[in-house]
Amino acid sequence: MRDRSFQAFAALPVLLIVAGCVDVQSALNPAGGEAERIHTLSWILIIFCSVVFLGVAIATIIALFGSHRWRQRLAGERLVIGAGLIFPAAALSALLGYSVVIMGIAGSAEGEDGLRISVVGERWWWRVIYIARDGRRIESANELRVPTGQPVRLELTSADVIHSFWVPKLAGKLDMIPGRTNTLTLSVSEPGISRGQCAEYCGGAHALMSFFVIAMPPADFETWLARESEPAAVPVDEAEIQGHALFVQSGCGACHTVRGTDASGTIAPDLTHVGNRHSLAAATLPNNAEAFASWIRDNQHIKPENLMPPYEIYTERELGQLATYLESLR
Amino acid sequence: MDLTPHPINPTPRPPGELEELKRVWATPKGWRIVTAVNNTVIGLLYIGVAFLFFLMAGVLALLMRTQLAVGNNDFIGQELYNQMFTVHGTTMMFLFAVPAVEALGVMLLPQMLAARDLPFPRLSAFAIWAYVVGGLVFFSTIFYDLAPAGGWFMYPPLTLTEYSPGDNADFWLLGIGFIEISAIAGAVEIVVGTLRTRPPGMSLARMPIFAWSMLIFASMIMFAFPAVILATMMLEIERSFGWPFFTAALGGDALLWQHLFWFFGHPEVYIIFLPAAGLVSMIVPTMAQTPLIGYRLIVVALIATGFFSFGLWVHHMFTTGIPALSLTFFSAASMAVALPSGIQVFSWIATIAAGRERFRITTPSLFVLGFLFIFTVGGLTGVMVAMVPFDFQVHDTYFVVAHFHYVLVGGMVFPLFATFYYWAPMVSKNMLSERLGRWVFWLMFLGFNITFFPMHLTGLLGMPRRVWTYPSELGWDTLNMISTIGAYMLGAGVFLFVFDLVLRFRPGGGGPENPWRAGTLEWLPNDVYSTRSIPFVTSREPIWDQPNIAEDVREGRYFLPNAPTGGRETIVTSPIDARPQYIIQMPGPGWPPLLAAIFTAAFFLLLTIKLVVVAVVCGVIAVAFCLIWTWSLDPGPAKGSVDIGGGISLPTYATGPTSHSWWAMVVLMFVAGSLYLAYVFSYLFLWTVSPEVWAPAGSPALPALGWPATSTFLLLAGAALVVTAGHLLPPAGKFGVAVPLAIFLALACLAGSLAIEIAGHWRTGLSPSANAYGAMVYLGVFLFGQLAFTLVIMGLFTIARHAAGKLDRERRVTFDNLALLYHYTVVQSLLGLALIHGFPRLVG
Repeated sequence: MRDRSFQAFAALPVLLIVAGCVDVQSALNPAGGEAERIHTLSWILIIFCSVVFLGVAIATIIALFGSHRWRQRLAGERLVIGAGLIFPAAALSALLGYSVVIMGIAGSAEGEDGLRISVVGERWWWRVIYIARDGRRIESANELRVPTGQPVRLELTSADVIHSFWVPKLAGKLDMIPGRTNTLTLSVSEPGISRGQCAEYCGGAHALMSFFVIAMPPADFETWLARESEPAAVPVDEAEIQGHALFVQSGCGACHTVRGTDASGTIAPDLTHVGNRHSLAAATLPNNAEAFASWIRDNQHIKPENLMPPYEIYTERELGQLATYLESLR
Repeated sequence: MDLTPHPINPTPRPPGELEELKRVWATPKGWRIVTAVNNTVIGLLYIGVAFLFFLMAGVLALLMRTQLAVGNNDFIGQELYNQMFTVHGTTMMFLFAVPAVEALGVMLLPQMLAARDLPFPRLSAFAIWAYVVGGLVFFSTIFYDLAPAGGWFMYPPLTLTEYSPGDNADFWLLGIGFIEISAIAGAVEIVVGTLRTRPPGMSLARMPIFAWSMLIFASMIMFAFPAVILATMMLEIERSFGWPFFTAALGGDALLWQHLFWFFGHPEVYIIFLPAAGLVSMIVPTMAQTPLIGYRLIVVALIATGFFSFGLWVHHMFTTGIPALSLTFFSAASMAVALPSGIQVFSWIATIAAGRERFRITTPSLFVLGFLFIFTVGGLTGVMVAMVPFDFQVHDTYFVVAHFHYVLVGGMVFPLFATFYYWAPMVSKNMLSERLGRWVFWLMFLGFNITFFPMHLTGLLGMPRRVWTYPSELGWDTLNMISTIGAYMLGAGVFLFVFDLVLRFRPGGGGPENPWRAGTLEWLPNDVYSTRSIPFVTSREPIWDQPNIAEDVREGRYFLPNAPTGGRETIVTSPIDARPQYIIQMPGPGWPPLLAAIFTAAFFLLLTIKLVVVAVVCGVIAVAFCLIWTWSLDPGPAKGSVDIGGGISLPTYATGPTSHSWWAMVVLMFVAGSLYLAYVFSYLFLWTVSPEVWAPAGSPALPALGWPATSTFLLLAGAALVVTAGHLLPPAGKFGVAVPLAIFLALACLAGSLAIEIAGHWRTGLSPSANAYGAMVYLGVFLFGQLAFTLVIMGLFTIARHAAGKLDRERRVTFDNLALLYHYTVVQSLLGLALIHGFPRLVG
């Protein structure tokens, strides 16, 4: 039953290899300002803790197996006060000071007048709205594109339960809480792909709520954003036209928006340029015709409990047409 | 009072004395054992059931590890997996860890204090049975798809009816309800037990470290649990009646839950860890054959840990977007708590080094060393996650999973296994196998580290927690497979332990006497009555320092070698310097605690599945059984004074601040007070979040000041009536109508004050479901009503006792308890009136 859907699932490696392979979601492979600072801090902490651990281990070994003379040196309240109180108090104060400095740098990096992106956590996908400098709002979903070399301000909110926005390569996580807006500033130095994932358990398909962040040179980004703000491509060939007709007849537009058509639903991801994205279903599937088809029919197996009903009414041919149409929305 | 450290009673003791003691303390035979209330019997049941939950939640963990062994696995589906990790966490934290350490307190404290039992045996029995029934029902929900799936932390809004329809989440609240009951009951027992039932001469400075740690444990429960009690009440009320405490659209806030939950949840970690550290502080000196180095430092460290632990709950919320200044404060506090742990770790190392002989490597010492290793790693990763920027990355990842398993398994499970091996001879005819023990230890130790050490890296590589599957291509497969293999090793170690247990553990009568050559009182020769006589203690390790103490205790040369009142009893001593004060008469086996527990469990269960009428009937029966049992309390001074040996004669009845009952009531008032402070915090917190829904702008204007003024008058009048009733109590054998009348009028004042408060708000048109302000106002009324309801039952009970000739000027503990709670309620309600009617006027 699941096999078919997992064929599509298994196609993800291709995508991930394209995306820069296994380190695409690793905090140890930073590609952005905050993540880089935390990465340095991590190594300092790891080394500090290893040294302290070694000290404790050596003291224990001496206490257990050392010569009488050595054991006598450890046997007193001097050790307790020196190693258990004074040393940690001094070392931890220094570490605390360092972490405050890092937080200060992160706080000062916020750009007020740069690009703003509103990201809304939904069960179990991401609504993404680019807010251009002129105030235009361009809606997309499940993928973030950002220009390199400039701070990008993310406004994080939630439409239902608590989610958490986390792209380990770029920054630490920040929760998306109903009724609150949290802001996170991303600054990415080099073009490239990072993977993010919801980090606060949000019920049901929490495990399958991911996304890609694609950093592009500023000029490319502007071009892309201009295209993204256009209405959807008009279907041209036969299959696309048939697919579009099926899309309309089946009432897909009650939930999804495809700008430039009658489809204007707002409770599900905007599909205007879905064909352009790197993945489907919040980074659960690769983006190709086969994945579209299996999603429409088998989505409850691919991503259990997601809020889209499975459509088992279509023939293979119809599925193919729908998939072709959706893929053409570039 | 002259107390000589030397044996005091002539021997041999009169014939028949020992037989009498045995008869009085006999454990019920056959199936009647369920009516037992003695700490050694119910303590063992408590530990056994807690351990059963450990095994069952451990099986869930193995199933989850199997699912995660490889990427894209569908061995366990999403829905079941989400239920499993919720039940695993909830069971381990609430049904295993807290009850297990509490059980060790019930089991070991009276023995360490050479007391015959804890001061309230039936309360323990009630709490334990409620926990057994409620816990088992909660756990079983996993078998029929009724288990909660919101995580053990149950964050709203995910757990509100909108996103978690069905009864699943309610079963979580049910399970927590039982643990709240048993934890509070245990706290009462342990505070009063450690402070009032120590042996003569055991001043606070001579108290075993474990007793210190349990005292701090119990105090922490008093202040931490009320926050989660309030939170769970609010969540259940919002789920059932739609009062919007946590719904942002109506002025509530999801973060309120997190504050309350972690205000409890973080201290809970130390609630679990401190007793375990206390156990280690008992085992290390024995194995090193030398007194603990830094006893006083450790006591200070334990108190400091308890204190600090209430100031760092926000470190579970670093990623919620709170301001940087708060982050820094809570980060500093989180680091500060490392200091007391450092003191303890180095005290143990210094003690090991100080040993007269080399530290004996036994199975308990292996587990202690394993604990030291694992806990140190957990503490250090704790320092790492206390650094805010680092936490931004690893929060809610497998790094944190690794961290807290190092802290909790290292800090609690390993000491627990050390305890099993170390104290088994105290309750079992055989010791556990030292040979198998080595295997158990190495399987568990290696298994644990193989499971959890790689998870640090898995987390840094980006794997979040609470995911039922992951794509193979992210590079997490190998690490996950290693973790799964380690988990099975750990499981094999635990299985081998169970095998050893089945083979050799035979409760009922101790095994070899003091096999580890320990210095503390639990290793005195003992039987169902605990020790034959209660020693006079002059040192921290009496067995080491008081020659021949074991022999003298066994021969009855110390205090209370008999049963002078003809029933169960133990000596109550003063809280600081442990001077004998009176003899507490204690109840024996009986059905009421068991039946009250079963019907209490039935009440909550039936309420959960919305069978309200049957539930209420069960609730009434439960209260009835509680009243039947309390009817036999408060024995009065009829038995006069009795000789406890050494020429010391003690009264058999005490009232006022000397009485153990007064102390228990004070503990309960602290609990109620913390609950109310949590309420005041919640009220003010929601106001800071949503001032726009507050009266008078966002809600109907408050009732005119005449309403709260009338309530205030009635409360003060009621308090005056209770004071008057206390003065009017007639001497024994007399019945005066003035006392019942005054109590009755006081209850009427209370009810009237409550009614006026409700009516006042209702008339303004304020609805509890309209917004968070309305919900908070009516919750305040609800908390008042809860106390008023309890007081009405207590008041009528007091009147009945007076009518039955069981309450008079001398025999007045029942009345004193009523008066204490009444006055507390008046103070709390006056504070409440000032808050509800004053605050909006002040800021509005």
